[in-house]
Amino acid sequence: MTLTLNHYLFVSGLLFAIGFAGVMLRRNIIIIFMCLELMLNAANLSLVAFSRFNLTPNGLPNYNAQVLVFFIITVAAAEVAVGLAIIVALFRARQTTHVEDINSLKF
Amino acid sequence: MSPILFYLFAAMTLVFAIAVVANRNPVASALSLVVSFLGLAALFVGLDAYFIAVIQVLVYAGAVMVLFLFIIMLLNIQAEERRKINLPAYAGGGLVTVAFIAQLWFVLQKFELGKTAFAPLSEKNVDDVRNVGNTLFSTHNLPFQVIGVLILVATIGVVVLSKRELK
Repeated sequence: MTLTLNHYLFVSGLLFAIGFAGVMLRRNIIIIFMCLELMLNAANLSLVAFSRFNLTPNGLPNYNAQVLVFFIITVAAAEVAVGLAIIVALFRARQTTHVEDINSLKF
Repeated sequence: MSPILFYLFAAMTLVFAIAVVANRNPVASALSLVVSFLGLAALFVGLDAYFIAVIQVLVYAGAVMVLFLFIIMLLNIQAEERRKINLPAYAGGGLVTVAFIAQLWFVLQKFELGKTAFAPLSEKNVDDVRNVGNTLFSTHNLPFQVIGVLILVATIGVVVLSKRELK
């Protein structure tokens, strides 16, 4: 049996679902942040799979998708730096990383 | 990529991704995330995206994870104690996730184009970095420079956020 695009899309979707479940089920803000990274990476996997599947007329992968993945990785790195700085500031103010202890804005 | 390697690395990615969610200790979660990202980088190599695979390892498994571990150890977070779980929230989250996976399965069953195999590349060894660079600096030059500004803004933001007293 050969590998098809659907194999990669299914793995990508499962990775997204795992990340989504982590965001919904976990209550530690750092773990939630890691799960956001998992979801971004799931998007990267489907982009690279589509890039390899949709060849240009001269038989090379479609590099536009890979450039988009490059941008996603850059933005994710910047996002991690800012997010972790916010978490540190939050920890200084409240001494907790548990989201249920941080509910001042909750309706 | 041979199917055996695909299944091996896909299983590695998914199992360690589940370990990220399931572990109670944040350090164990962070280390599982590293292994998950390495499996994903191997999948990228299988898709002939060597440049993306390398920056995945350098940026995610290297820089981002060191930052995560640094913060976990700086804040000295222990394994969280068990609390009373909020059952409706858990049931809702689980239900949405299962619904998403079921939906994905049925959509991919109907997606005929995705059932064809990958066409072979015209060259045996693609000059991957050169091609990505050409696309990046010609077609996407403006977004590339905007990204530079974004990183500058993020750096300044982190410095401001990390100051002792926010005024």
